[in-house]
Amino acid sequence: MKKIQTLEMKKISKSFHGIFANKDIDLKVESGEIVGLLGENGAGKTTLMNILYGLYQPDSGQIRINNQDIRINNPVESINFGIGMVHQHFMLIQNHSVIENIALGYKETPFFFPKIKIREKVEQFSEKFNFNIDPDKKVWQLSAGEQQRVEIIKALLNGADLLIFDEPTSVLTPEEIKELISIFRQMKASGHIIIFISHKLDEIMDICDRVVVLQKGKIVGSTDTKDTDKKSLARIMVGRDISFNIDKKKIARGRKILSVDSISVMGDKGLDAVKNISFELFENEIFGVAGVSGNGQRELAEAITGIRPIYSGKIKINGSDITNKSPRDIYDTGISHVPEERIKFGIAPGLFLYDNAVLKQHHLKKFSRRWFLKYSKIKNHTEDIIKDFNVSTHSINSQIRNLSGGNIQKLILGREISEQPQLLVASHPTYGLDVGATQFLRRHLLSLRKQGSAVLLFSEDLEEIFELCDRIAVIFDGEFMAILDSDDKNLSEIGPMMAGSKRLKKQ
Amino acid sequence: MEDIIISTLQRTMVAGTPLLLATTGEIICERSGILNLGVEGVMAIGAVTAFIVTMTTGSPWLGVAVAIAAGMTISIIHAFASITLQANQVVSGLALTMLGLGLSGMIGKSYVGKPLLIKMEDWNIPWFSDLPWLGKIFFSQSPFFYLAILLALVSWFFLERTRLGIEIRSTGENPQATETQGVNVSKLRYLSVIIGGGFSALAGAHLSISYSKSWIEGMTAGRGWIAIALTIFALWNPGRAIWAAFVFGGIFVVQYLLQPLGISPNFLAMLPYIATLLILLLISLKDPKKLNAPAMLAEPYKRGKR
Amino acid sequence: MIKIKTTDRYNITPLRSFMTNILSLAAALVVISILFLISGVNPIFAISEIFSGSFGSFYGIKETLTKAIPLILIGAGLTLAFRAKFWNIGAEGQLLMGAIFATWTGLNFGESLPPYIIVPLIFLAGFTGGAFWGIIPAILKIKFSINEVISTLMLNYICAEILTMLIVGPWKGKERFGFPGTNNLPDSAILGIIPGSRIHYATLILSILCAIVLCVVVYKTRFGYETRVVGENPHAGKYAGINFLKTSIIIMAVSGGFAGLAGVGEIAGIHHYLGYPASVSSGYGFTAIIVAWLAKLNPLYAVISGIFFAGILVGGDAIQISLGLPAATVQIVNGTLLIFLIMGDYFLKNKIRFEMQ
Repeated sequence: MKKIQTLEMKKISKSFHGIFANKDIDLKVESGEIVGLLGENGAGKTTLMNILYGLYQPDSGQIRINNQDIRINNPVESINFGIGMVHQHFMLIQNHSVIENIALGYKETPFFFPKIKIREKVEQFSEKFNFNIDPDKKVWQLSAGEQQRVEIIKALLNGADLLIFDEPTSVLTPEEIKELISIFRQMKASGHIIIFISHKLDEIMDICDRVVVLQKGKIVGSTDTKDTDKKSLARIMVGRDISFNIDKKKIARGRKILSVDSISVMGDKGLDAVKNISFELFENEIFGVAGVSGNGQRELAEAITGIRPIYSGKIKINGSDITNKSPRDIYDTGISHVPEERIKFGIAPGLFLYDNAVLKQHHLKKFSRRWFLKYSKIKNHTEDIIKDFNVSTHSINSQIRNLSGGNIQKLILGREISEQPQLLVASHPTYGLDVGATQFLRRHLLSLRKQGSAVLLFSEDLEEIFELCDRIAVIFDGEFMAILDSDDKNLSEIGPMMAGSKRLKKQ
Repeated sequence: MEDIIISTLQRTMVAGTPLLLATTGEIICERSGILNLGVEGVMAIGAVTAFIVTMTTGSPWLGVAVAIAAGMTISIIHAFASITLQANQVVSGLALTMLGLGLSGMIGKSYVGKPLLIKMEDWNIPWFSDLPWLGKIFFSQSPFFYLAILLALVSWFFLERTRLGIEIRSTGENPQATETQGVNVSKLRYLSVIIGGGFSALAGAHLSISYSKSWIEGMTAGRGWIAIALTIFALWNPGRAIWAAFVFGGIFVVQYLLQPLGISPNFLAMLPYIATLLILLLISLKDPKKLNAPAMLAEPYKRGKR
Repeated sequence: MIKIKTTDRYNITPLRSFMTNILSLAAALVVISILFLISGVNPIFAISEIFSGSFGSFYGIKETLTKAIPLILIGAGLTLAFRAKFWNIGAEGQLLMGAIFATWTGLNFGESLPPYIIVPLIFLAGFTGGAFWGIIPAILKIKFSINEVISTLMLNYICAEILTMLIVGPWKGKERFGFPGTNNLPDSAILGIIPGSRIHYATLILSILCAIVLCVVVYKTRFGYETRVVGENPHAGKYAGINFLKTSIIIMAVSGGFAGLAGVGEIAGIHHYLGYPASVSSGYGFTAIIVAWLAKLNPLYAVISGIFFAGILVGGDAIQISLGLPAATVQIVNGTLLIFLIMGDYFLKNKIRFEMQ
């Protein structure tokens, strides 16, 4: 196969259930180029790349490599054409060693004793790109950055000239991001093409030569990065000016609701994910936790809501100790929770809409009498949520799996907010929502604050954090680097703090 | 005394042989992510077909070949239900056991109790079989014994030291990721289930044409279920299965030997099951990571679903 | 070329579900006929013999109802466990443990207590025994993440050996004249039967009652709700604050307990003493798995599917005698039915289309 000099996608369209994910998309990339694919969640970036990688077939359109029409029916054919993809969720086998993972996809893996040859190859690559990976380690023992490098080796070994990276930085530490960027530069220098999917403006500006902006499945802009700036890119991306205006009035905060006293929590890998974190949260306050995801946010949220055990430290609500109480006891003290992976944690897919509308509330007096559930009350309540939160469904008697992701999310939010919690723990509540729903939700959080609730908001989206929060903590590697008021002048250094390179003394 | 020990150990090897064969098959199958609870039924099919073919043709090896073919064929049912139709593997495996036990009873009805005149002869390995102790225990056994150990070693080699092995194991760990690497998950799983069925049938053939040299309904007597326990006991490693199978076989043999000493044979009979539970408990307490059960064992895999 | 395309089916109506079951059973019948034909048996004759043997005569119906009792009880209990995705294949052991507990209670207290006390007492004992044997795998699963398929399977064997150990050893009764088995239960502990049959009506009524109550529990109560949530998505269950250990223990106590009740019925209603495991239960614990599956995991439907499969068991005995078929024949019928039922599920959950390319 000849090296890819140019690759063109022409008039590519793809729809799911009658909704366009991609419409008439034209994209051309050339050897030695880093192209950014920018767009909000759901803009169609990943769909487009999955078409290129052979996971989906386009409804119409053409793909051309070096000016020849080709068809890509599956990932294997795509690999044979010289296309490689590093998925957002790594396609690795956790219980297998690095060598075994690489041997799996490599075309020239010998049938007998495959590990011997692969070991040589891995060592070669590690040296060339300065990768520093122990080939005998199991994948689950590696950090996210190391796992990503295994994916890169896999793609390069199969002779990929074009590499697609789907949100590669979302799981990396700032240090690892820097290393990834230098790997990109090396690959560019050797004539590889890189397509970089992201919704982060900074990185696009930093890394890419050219940027293509997608919105609702269509290309809405395409330009060299040197001819543009972040602000105008942002405008193209969301189709309007981002208002950094803060539509919220200062409210005096009320009495203390939550106090977290130097808690430490173990992560899934058996390492400390939350290290000695302390903070307090008051009525009429939104407290934001900013940071790159994977720095202990999920574990902190789970510890406060009782899903994950705390091995040292104390959590009190209204002065009473709730450390390591059961999730239900904690819910009953007035703490609601919008979890990070909503489809995974927040619903029982085969049950009806109304069953799901009381997932955490079914034991309350309102909805049950002794052992029995009051289904008429539950159904009324469900109707209310659907109306208040614009959940579109034809009936509350249908299984919730029939709903779209956005509607499921609205139902979960409605469920958690409707009970007027004293404290709402919300993890990335607007992730995956369209602009309208996002605005709607943010207004809801502000009105909760106005009504006297406290909100603990985890978000990667700094814009969201600045718009909503009264105080902002920056989390890195399981520790708070600082807790700042929304008007603190140190906020300009939030970037270095998120990267762990700057730390303010604890308040 | 010496004679008793030697004959006990010799019979331990005989008793462990079908267990090792069936366990090796189940390990291959489970490594690809498919739980097959049909071992008992497939074993019965293997036993009856091997018996009938050997009896009518006079060739035990032809009997073995037909038994393996029959075992592979009937296993396709489980493969189709659990791979193509993504059905519940527990239920589908139970169905296979029922079907296998039923069919074997029906096919073998007119052969019940008939003695087998042409049997599989034992092999005496030259020179080795003359060794004191070891010769009688290890080197003058039925061909099934050598085959069982050889196949277990070969299976270990294939699973751990070949590309195919990596692909099968990856399939059991993460079918999605494996599929994107250009591996046909369904094909590999079919292959593993069918090979596993062949192993189970071979174990059955041992029972009817070498071990007891006759056919009666239900002669597998729960050995298929023990193989499923052994699969876990051996932690999905055919190498470990070798000694594990013979330990279990040994318990079978000493069951009635120790009765005069006041040890209940029923107590000994339940030991393998208790041991399996205990070993699971121990691993779970000490180091759950070591329990390297295939991560996606018994989870139906739907292609293209993300 | 014809391409087969499958898509998820979302709206599964009860009618479609019912029709799928009927079609699956019909398809299974065709395959069973072919298998009979190959074995040199006239399939039409054999199948009509099965149904006339079970439902075609007064005697057949009485026997069918007798065998339906344990199948309904265990089948209903299994619907609950399976709904929580707890794959209890240890009902056989739970039945035996129930029988052991009941026998002990009956032998020790039966003499001195009147029937209206001892009968409820042995049912309670049986339930406790089955529940005890069911709770063990629940704890092993939640506390030590030991797969329940394996543990329930192992416990089946362990219980059968314990039972045998008891009846050849300490519990061996003089009335058995040297054969293994306990003495007969005292008369006060023996269940009444409908005259001229073997139907121990108390257990029959109990089994239907259990199915009805369980149906209400599953669809109307908090516990039933939590069971369904845990079965649908254990992560969501954890997030919702459901106590897994407690829920699993209750589920398995009920599932095992019902099997234990079935054991009481077999001992106090039919055999009147504890004998070899294979004589106490002829594989009811496994047949009940098909009962639960055919009932689409609805406890109430388990009554109907329990009677249906009891009919097949009785009909199987009938053709054994009239056609000289081996006892295992009924296993062919059961296995084939079960395979077609799970295949039917696929066509219920997926829409299949054929496209010309």
